[in-house]
Amino acid sequence: MAEYETFTNDVLVIGSGGAGLRAAIEASAAGVSVGMVCKCLLGKAHTVMAEGGIAAALANVDERDNWKVHFADTMRGGQYVNQWRMAELHAKEAPDRVRELEAWGAVFDRTNDGRILQRNFGGHKYPRLAHVGDRTGLEMIRTLQDHGVHRGIDVHMEICILTLLKDGNRIAGAFGYDRERGRFKLFRAKAIVLATGGIGKAYKITSNSWDCTGDGHALAYHVGAELIDMEFVQFHPTGMVWPPSVSGMLVTEGVRGEGGILTNKEGNRFMFDEIPESYRAQTADNEEEGWRYCLGDKNARRPPELLTRDHVARCIVREIKEGRGTPHGGVYLDISWIKERIPNAEEHIKRKLPSMYHQFKALGDVDITREPMEVGPTTHYIMGGVHVDPDTEMSRVPGLFAAGECAAGINGANRLGGNSLSDLLVFGKRAGEFAARFARDNSLGKIDSPSRAGTIDIVAREALAPFESHGRGSENPYAVQRDLQEVMQHNVGIVRNEHEMLSALQELQKFWERANHVGVIGNRDFNPGWHTALDLRSLLTVSEAITRAAIERKESRGAQFREDCPKKDERFAKVNTIIVKADDGSMRVRLEPLPEMPDYLKRVVEEMK
Amino acid sequence: MTETKRATFKIWRGDVNSGKFRDYTTEVAEGMVVLDAIHDIQRTQAPDLACRWNCKAGKCGSCSAEVNGMPKLMCMTRLSDLPIEKPVRVEPMKAFPIIKDLITDVSWNFRVKKKIKPFKPRPPDAPDGTWRMQQHDIDRIEEFRKCIECFLCQDVCHVLRDHQMHDKFIGPRFLIHVAALEMHPLDTEDRIDELRNAQGIGYCNITKCCTKVCPENIEITDNGIIPLKERVVDKFYDPFGWFWRWLKRRQDRQPTNPV
Repeated sequence: MAEYETFTNDVLVIGSGGAGLRAAIEASAAGVSVGMVCKCLLGKAHTVMAEGGIAAALANVDERDNWKVHFADTMRGGQYVNQWRMAELHAKEAPDRVRELEAWGAVFDRTNDGRILQRNFGGHKYPRLAHVGDRTGLEMIRTLQDHGVHRGIDVHMEICILTLLKDGNRIAGAFGYDRERGRFKLFRAKAIVLATGGIGKAYKITSNSWDCTGDGHALAYHVGAELIDMEFVQFHPTGMVWPPSVSGMLVTEGVRGEGGILTNKEGNRFMFDEIPESYRAQTADNEEEGWRYCLGDKNARRPPELLTRDHVARCIVREIKEGRGTPHGGVYLDISWIKERIPNAEEHIKRKLPSMYHQFKALGDVDITREPMEVGPTTHYIMGGVHVDPDTEMSRVPGLFAAGECAAGINGANRLGGNSLSDLLVFGKRAGEFAARFARDNSLGKIDSPSRAGTIDIVAREALAPFESHGRGSENPYAVQRDLQEVMQHNVGIVRNEHEMLSALQELQKFWERANHVGVIGNRDFNPGWHTALDLRSLLTVSEAITRAAIERKESRGAQFREDCPKKDERFAKVNTIIVKADDGSMRVRLEPLPEMPDYLKRVVEEMK
Repeated sequence: MTETKRATFKIWRGDVNSGKFRDYTTEVAEGMVVLDAIHDIQRTQAPDLACRWNCKAGKCGSCSAEVNGMPKLMCMTRLSDLPIEKPVRVEPMKAFPIIKDLITDVSWNFRVKKKIKPFKPRPPDAPDGTWRMQQHDIDRIEEFRKCIECFLCQDVCHVLRDHQMHDKFIGPRFLIHVAALEMHPLDTEDRIDELRNAQGIGYCNITKCCTKVCPENIEITDNGIIPLKERVVDKFYDPFGWFWRWLKRRQDRQPTNPV
């Protein structure tokens, strides 16, 4: 029998980024007891790295903005495979969620009349992103953290969850270990909110932290929840490419929002070369107009650098592939050119983009106020995730909720910059609210029946297996992780085809074998080798889900680009891919029709075309 | 082609009971930071070498350690800025109890923060529940709010590091946290009594070591701690202020307490 310590709460939140903190605050405000577990220290979750801002139609900078425009922008950006109800709730509720942060102490940059300032971002018709320089995520997570710690939430830091536990159909708890001493922990709860973030560590080049291993996706999948839209992985167009040690590190879209331009080695501003039909009417066709837009001219259309991320990333890949890239295999992103247009450009850049200035100066020996940056695409975000009810965020497993990046639906085939932070707040709040309601209406599920205890014993034994395996021809967990990242990067990356993805599936089977034979040295005290070994299971599960979904969608749409099916296909225009675990334990993928959009929203979409 | 060199790292390995420096040699490529070297060593030589890290971009403040004796974020310390012909010494922060290798128990910091009175805004300025603030009014607290809670300032502060006065002094990190709250244009709370007493601001004798190690270049001492000290002095040690408040208290008391 495995030894473990038991904790009990009404609601357990797994993850301490924006969505997890917002959910925990809401649940605790509803009067239930709340526990929170996180893989890292409080306040270090990946939200802290968000730079550009929070998208919300506050209409502080352009009074023409409202929820309808934001809704239409989100749907257009997602190529209309979004869950319309989520996009509607998000657009309507985001402004209140931002104002609420201000009431909790957040300090956003200001307009001249003292209100929250908003900036331009890709795919957003009007300046819409509430921001603090280029460190909005830090402001958001710190505000939520500082507000949350006074609300009596039981926070357990540096805990990894290995499995969720059910009582019959419904959720009953979570079982995991603490990183510090490797001791097992059981968290019993009436409702659980997954807020574990993304999957970036499945790829070699990524802007994500070590802990973005798709734990929530995998945990939910293994207890019978559905995953949706897993083929849609966002490759952010601008990551650092040099030096190698920082390759993939994010360069905020805010650089382009402030007037930054993309050029190839010939000095050509290539984003003007190809503007998608659906954006032609709202995109500038000359440099002069694009610049006027950045200055706030309401009659100007936005520059093509502010097209959606999927499109910009593909244009960059095209330039590099066709030999017009920079010496280190990227393209140029230049903000320093604005000195030709405005006085004190250097000061302006340092004030609006302080982290970028610091990051390039300290790590790349580049002064962005004087010279261009070299950038290229980096794995950034997954639109796919746990399939949830749009209003309550509950998955198909009663009592299991999901919010933020590990949930899916709002973004469709491509996420607009800034919609993630607002997604965390809007759906984090909703998940907390409805998890608390579920907890009030239900009692604790049983854990101690013989079959449950059996699950715990099996999981505990498997978790300790790498210590036993060491030395007997065992695999190095870091090597398995690195090889997996290589395969996903090359075979299921920005440009995909069926042949390469099928071979990736075969490779994944081999990785499962290797993962079962990893060995680690040392003991259970804070042992990164062991932790890496245990994360492989989640990484492999999400990698397989991404690959299977991407094979199933035989078209190019949003973030998915298939060179063997390079066009959009009507057959896939109104379906989502759904991933489930079959009774025999294998992964199944199927297509499911989108919910029908009601007429009043169809009219909004038409009006905004 | 990138030119590769080799460098030796003296890394502290051990736990609360015992520990010692061990040597590891690894290849050094252009642009590498100390954290890259630690990761290479983990991958190839010491998979159980414990270190915290998250963003590897200087934004989360997890990978704090002491590199050649200086408190640093390992992810922002370029090897090209170190004399790598000599061994590079990497060890955990000293102001906190050791857990293992480069990892310390920083939980005290989270407990301290919980005790600081939270933000308490004035009533909204506009009927829609929002406030108005000018950019120049928030510039100074935006500086403090850049803090990534790496706790390097706590590590280098002699009150905590050498005198271990964790129960009497909250340290530079939380002094600027209080400064950010006290100087917030909307905040109505008063934290001056606690600053003087439980939070021990008097123990800071402005040696500015905290400012020197701050990876966010926050002027912790000049812009945060000294103005707070002035507020404490104004309230408790200014004879004219003291007299004025005494007079005011008397006047306030008079209606309910007629002579």
